[in-house]
Amino acid sequence: MSRVKTFNLPDLGEGLTEGEILNWLVKVGDIIELNQPIVEVETAKAAVEIPAKWGGRVQAIFHPEGATVDVGAPIISIDTDPDAGPLDTPQAPSAAAQPGGDLPTPSAASLAAVEVAPAEGAVEPGLIGSPAPGGRTPVLVGYGPRTSTAKRRPRKGAVPAQAVPARAQAVPAQATAAPVVPKQVAPAPDTSATNGHGGTPTGVLAKPPVRKLAKDLGVDLSALTGSGPLGSITREDVQRAADATTAPAPVATTVTTAASFGADREQRIPVKGVRKLTAENMARSAFTAPHVTEFLTVDVTRAMKALDRLRNRREWRDVRISPLLLVAKAVLLAVRRHPMVNSTWAGDEIVVKEYVNLGIAAATDRGLIVPNVKDAGRLSLRELADALTDLVQTAKAGRTTPADMSGGTLTITNVGVFGVDTGTPILPPGESAILAFGAIREMPWVHKGKVRPRQVTTLGLSFDHRIIDGELGSKFLRDVGDFLSDPEAALLAWT
Amino acid sequence: MAKGDPGVSTRSRRAAPRSRKGTGGDPELVQLLTPEGERIDSVVGPDGTVYSVDFTDEEYRGLYRDLVLVRKLDAEATALQRQGELGLWASLLGQEAAQVGSGRALRTQDMAFPTYREHGVLYCRGIDPIMPLGLFRGVDQGGWDPNEFKFNMYTIVIGAQTLHATGYAMGVAMDGKTGTDDGEAVIAYFGDGATSQGDVNEAFVWASVFNSPLVFFCQNNQYAISEPLERQTRVPLYRRAAGFGFPGVRVDGNDVLASYAVTRTALDNARHGQGPSLIEAYTYRMGAHTTSDDPTRYRIASEVEAWQAKDPIARMKAFLTKQQIVDADFFAEVDEQARRESLHLRERVLAMPNPEPVTMFDHVYPNGSPLLDEQRAKFSRYMESFEGSAH
Repeated sequence: MSRVKTFNLPDLGEGLTEGEILNWLVKVGDIIELNQPIVEVETAKAAVEIPAKWGGRVQAIFHPEGATVDVGAPIISIDTDPDAGPLDTPQAPSAAAQPGGDLPTPSAASLAAVEVAPAEGAVEPGLIGSPAPGGRTPVLVGYGPRTSTAKRRPRKGAVPAQAVPARAQAVPAQATAAPVVPKQVAPAPDTSATNGHGGTPTGVLAKPPVRKLAKDLGVDLSALTGSGPLGSITREDVQRAADATTAPAPVATTVTTAASFGADREQRIPVKGVRKLTAENMARSAFTAPHVTEFLTVDVTRAMKALDRLRNRREWRDVRISPLLLVAKAVLLAVRRHPMVNSTWAGDEIVVKEYVNLGIAAATDRGLIVPNVKDAGRLSLRELADALTDLVQTAKAGRTTPADMSGGTLTITNVGVFGVDTGTPILPPGESAILAFGAIREMPWVHKGKVRPRQVTTLGLSFDHRIIDGELGSKFLRDVGDFLSDPEAALLAWT
Repeated sequence: MAKGDPGVSTRSRRAAPRSRKGTGGDPELVQLLTPEGERIDSVVGPDGTVYSVDFTDEEYRGLYRDLVLVRKLDAEATALQRQGELGLWASLLGQEAAQVGSGRALRTQDMAFPTYREHGVLYCRGIDPIMPLGLFRGVDQGGWDPNEFKFNMYTIVIGAQTLHATGYAMGVAMDGKTGTDDGEAVIAYFGDGATSQGDVNEAFVWASVFNSPLVFFCQNNQYAISEPLERQTRVPLYRRAAGFGFPGVRVDGNDVLASYAVTRTALDNARHGQGPSLIEAYTYRMGAHTTSDDPTRYRIASEVEAWQAKDPIARMKAFLTKQQIVDADFFAEVDEQARRESLHLRERVLAMPNPEPVTMFDHVYPNGSPLLDEQRAKFSRYMESFEGSAH
């Protein structure tokens, strides 16, 4: 058996198909021990550390941090006997294997040099159902990794020539996996499986996730020729069909970085992580909760002066005070007067909450996140200020936990920091109101009968019209505005 | 009571000076070894029962060895799952004392019904620790003989085994195997989450009204996957027993000595025909629910740290050191044994043969069935239709 062993990404949950490399804990050349943590991988279920399967020297790392890797694809190779002298065969170029670096896909040649012992490989041809030399079968665990190569042996008497063209098409540019997966004998696609059922979608062979994908992408399965086992339609088939029809449409809606564009002057950004979550939440909310948005322009000159006075107080000297603090306070006081605003539509009932977990939409490097201040209604102004500062700093540092982001009941989005006046925000799922807080500008404003330069801002309140009628929404927004135009009077009157 | 009075048992004499009802922080918790490794001679439970243990130094060392080995083998299984060698693993990390304490309290004739996490009890029953790994690797159904080891197969369905155990215990009573010092007792393991299942509550009812020789051993590890205990119950779980008409007691599940003492007493009551009881072993799952779970999504680090300070092995180690029960080499020797055995386990797991697909028909009926024979033949013909098949 070869002394260099390649470790393939296992199915870390049950039935997972891929994982994202979060963090390499070792680098090429490191000497590692059996079970030493080597990499952090995040799957749909959990972020976990993978312990080394063998001790030895790290020979090559095949994917950079941030890469999404299919289950069964090689991620690292380890020289299990580094003291035995140099290796006979050239190894994967070490330059290409620095973690986090600009990592090119290893060439077929370099990967082929790393021999995969049959006992450790993902696929051993021709031996399904009987023990491979190392006692392993092709599918390691779970319900089987997604592979674009069929693992079943051909039936006796099948005509192999039939299958070759389809197979050649079906394998996309999986250069990372292809060299290390031993060559497969192609299966004979049984085209009768599709034709035998009259070509109706139900007669088409495709796994449920593929059907879902096709539905999501608007691809008609019956119009496709399957390239998978028995002529079944694979994820790649659907993706290719979808690409062919939608190619002119822009895929990425926001490009914030100086992107590298291809020859077609288009850039394709994979939808994942926070972006994916945001998209799902926004689409779900926008198309389930009927949104209404109202606007109110407010003279906040007095409030800004009040903030200044607060800043000058000795006990507030070290506290970060921003207009957002006053807006948060205004919202919390207004909720107390109109509790119905702080509620959730739960199908056959409306859940009104006594507590306010006040969400603050924050733009971070990872994208939009909405952590919330738990039970903000019970906090004093000072505690609220500290909580907001803490929340923003945590978000900026990228340390916001899922618990920080769950359970929000009402949200403020401070679009003013981007210099815009207002917007029509979309409700976070499960919440009934969200307030957009615009930029504060010095504007001509009629004050005591005369046009004066005053500090003015615009508030935009979106609410779930199933729960909140125009009257309630208007009263709530009016109260927030009243507080912001004269906080002292509102405090005296309401508390 | 005069010192040295004839007829006074060793137990009560030793108990007198340091006996107390519960322990400092929690009067409801039976504890014989504090997290700092301080020994408490005896404890009076909520119903007046006195709990104590009287181990030899060798037995104390044996318990420590059990705890360390069980933890190490469990860690190896977790690593094997991460390396793609097991489909899934349910780690017992943090619950070693509850399992070893109760497992060692079982007598040879006692029958145990586990969940899928009782690797420590399995170990104490003398079953080869590789057995559950075959199950989680998907190459067999577990492999041990439940009748030989008096340890039923792992049950994945939450709480279902409590009904099996109740039926078994009713059978033991009907066979007249209770009522003597050598009577038979049954123990059913389950978790805090299972207490919300209908099965468990039905088992409580049946075991109670039939006065079955059954110990319900609930390892309250605070989470039913991600649901915290306050979503399962408004009263301490052990108090539920009262409503069903049998005694309940809460024991420090991170204290191997108390877990042993409480289980031994409950089993002895059962074998003497005094009916069922409930033990709530108060503990904490230090790891994930299974390898498919990510506990950082639903619990906070400070909580885990607080429980880290109550570690079952650390307190036993402190106790052994303070009492000078061990010599300097003992801990290193145990660690070395654990390392060796976990490596051995790894090698054997990697060498586990995959079953022939046709063997799936083998263990359905003890004497076969015509219908299955027909299916087996059909399936064999199908397998032989592939190129490269041996036939």
